[in-house]
Amino acid sequence: MEFDPLLISRIQFAFVVSFHAIFPVFTIGLASYIALLEGLHFKTGNPAWAQLSRFWTKVFAVAFGMGVVSGIVMSFQFGTNWSNFAQMSANFLGPILSYEVVTAFFLEAAFLGVLLFGRDKVPRGTHLFAAIMVALGTFISSFWILVANSWMHTPAGVEFQDGMLHVRSWAEAIFNPSFPYRFTHMAVASFLTGSFVVAGVSAWYLLKGHKVEANRKALSMCLWMILFLAPAQAVIGDFHGLNTLEYQPTKVAAMEGNWETQAGAPLLLFALPDKAAQENRFEFGIPKLASIILTHEADGVVPGLTEVAPEDQPPVSIVFWSFRIMVGIGFLMIAFGIWGLVLRLRGRLYEPGRFHRLLPLMIAAPFIAVLAGWFTTESGRAPWLVYGMINFSEGVTPSLTGWMAIVSLIGYMSVYAVVYASGGYYLWRLVKGGMADVEPGSTESGAHPKRPLSAGGPIGDTAPAAPIKGEWT
Amino acid sequence: MIDFTMIWAVIIAFGVIMYVLMDGFDLGVGILYPFAPDEESRDVMMNSVAPVWDGNETWLVLGGAGLLGAFPLVYSVLLPALYLGVFLLLAGLIFRGVAFEFRFKASPAKKGWWSAAFAGGSTVAALAQGIVVGAYIQGFETENFAYVGGAFDWLTPFSVLTGIGLVLGYALLGSTWLIMKTEGPVQDWAYRLTPRLLGGVLGVFLIISFWTPLVDEFVRDRWFSNLFSIWLLPAGALACAWLILRSVRSRAEGLPFVATMGLFIFTYLGLLASKWPYVVPPDYTLYDAASARESQMFLLLGVLFVIPVVLAYTAWTYWVFRGKVRPGEGYH
Repeated sequence: MEFDPLLISRIQFAFVVSFHAIFPVFTIGLASYIALLEGLHFKTGNPAWAQLSRFWTKVFAVAFGMGVVSGIVMSFQFGTNWSNFAQMSANFLGPILSYEVVTAFFLEAAFLGVLLFGRDKVPRGTHLFAAIMVALGTFISSFWILVANSWMHTPAGVEFQDGMLHVRSWAEAIFNPSFPYRFTHMAVASFLTGSFVVAGVSAWYLLKGHKVEANRKALSMCLWMILFLAPAQAVIGDFHGLNTLEYQPTKVAAMEGNWETQAGAPLLLFALPDKAAQENRFEFGIPKLASIILTHEADGVVPGLTEVAPEDQPPVSIVFWSFRIMVGIGFLMIAFGIWGLVLRLRGRLYEPGRFHRLLPLMIAAPFIAVLAGWFTTESGRAPWLVYGMINFSEGVTPSLTGWMAIVSLIGYMSVYAVVYASGGYYLWRLVKGGMADVEPGSTESGAHPKRPLSAGGPIGDTAPAAPIKGEWT
Repeated sequence: MIDFTMIWAVIIAFGVIMYVLMDGFDLGVGILYPFAPDEESRDVMMNSVAPVWDGNETWLVLGGAGLLGAFPLVYSVLLPALYLGVFLLLAGLIFRGVAFEFRFKASPAKKGWWSAAFAGGSTVAALAQGIVVGAYIQGFETENFAYVGGAFDWLTPFSVLTGIGLVLGYALLGSTWLIMKTEGPVQDWAYRLTPRLLGGVLGVFLIISFWTPLVDEFVRDRWFSNLFSIWLLPAGALACAWLILRSVRSRAEGLPFVATMGLFIFTYLGLLASKWPYVVPPDYTLYDAASARESQMFLLLGVLFVIPVVLAYTAWTYWVFRGKVRPGEGYH
């Protein structure tokens, strides 16, 4: 059996980057939340803040660890599977990724050590400073990586010379046309992800009557975030879409399932795009709505996929459906924000009910939305690595054979299956184990100082104040 | 006109040795894991590197990104050439990286499993890195700035030997680190282990020194023709080895680690001097491999300001976690 190294490399990249992406998107939001909690505790001395901070720091440690190791894989993927792309784009991407390492990764790593292990070794103010530096590091990191990614979608400031791209304007290349939209969209997605995870866990604890004071505070904070950020994200996403329409019209055509350029295009709610036939086999939509959204005119012209040759079209079904999943979840998030507000206004926010039972299920929602969003934008760029400049087959490693690619793909899948199943299990046990006690007025850990602890401390060993559903194992 | 390529060669060389020394000792602690006296010692060993390993490994990511930025040809030839080896390296780093968090969270029954993952991952990663060194000495088959060799060109008896050499070398860094950071039974054990590891390192070092001129004509010419001063480097390495032995006998605590770092630095400089100026041997020099001048300059502007800051706060975190790690005492 012959394997196509190009196809396997694409699958492998999609696989490793998807697994990687879910961790930073969570830890970026969570890092800021922890810094905020540390700050509130520093200022007010209320032990509830310390309790929250300590618990979420443990979760952070596990999630961040998994993000770090899967991130190391990413930094070598360009070279192993896409060496021609690496070589051709190195003059821009090399410095950008290097800046990410020196300005963000070192900052995160060094101060994370102090955040996790240094509580008793440094003054409280310094510990707070470490929390802020970790949060800052996650933002700087997302800045650079989204510069690199946006540039691959809307390259600017470069030109080809002797087979390599050369940078003519760093400002144009870094602040390329899609960067501001993508960065804002992603930053807000991170905050939403963090908010839904914390809200879901807090709601679950409230259902169990566990650490009520702290979890009420957490739930309330997160629901305010969701109430404002979920609708804001929809608006930002719309601007991002308009930017895509301007620079990558074919991607928008795929998102809309629109084959022929037409005026007054409908917004398709359901369709089965058929790339071979260059049409939708079945479709159901709202007349003219796509034109209204994209051009703000009922009879505005929406570009079609057939403007480019079939081999230059992205995989339409993937783009079409992942876009709908993302938007659908987005609306669901807005609904939860409003539902929370209604409960709050009626004074029933902390009364365990259906809302609190559904919120824990919503923990998965932002992760699915983020992955669906990435599938939309990344698949929508196909067949280009750097839009309009370098395509997949030009970029793939020439010496790579099908069997080598398949060996590494199966290898990564096996490793990730073990590592992430274990990680998920330990996170679950961590949450199930509940929050540890913090004595009022104490600045330090209520955990047993006489035991060897990792950052998180042994689960179920930290004497849960309120046993949650009995067993731990 | 300033020679940015040369400046970048120095920066990358500095980054690589920083990585080797820093991740070297925490990988070494992992390599020594199966031989530790007991589980309590393993807890102490892991705690001695837990707050800093992540920062140490970041130097590897800097190596990857920095090569892409300053010497893209090295990145785009070596990684395809070492494809399956790179996979092993990364798989090893993944298992040992997550073991830090998972091992302490696991139930007693599963704890051994994560100890094994930490040990196995560290050993495989070290072996893979050593094999890279051997493969680099052997050289890479290229055509028109791209790798054209086979999938297993990197795997030869010679490269496996350099792999074993680095495993032993990292284990030596790990054991001398433990001498410095622990006390009691763990430290005693590390004191006993260090001379034996040193013997192993010197043995492999000797075989490689005889073997290298046989696999590589370029190195043979460099060693035996014009450049006499190159012999000062192995002499320095041997002096460091002697210092390790002496300081272990006198039960010094910090000196064995410092001397081991010296041993690594001299060996590393020896390697660089032997292959200079080839970065993708046998065909391409660092000037062939360099990125565009404006890219090197753009990155240099930032790096010159940022790296000192990184070094400063890295040093600060080591200072925060200074002193001995005691059994039963966590950092939390």
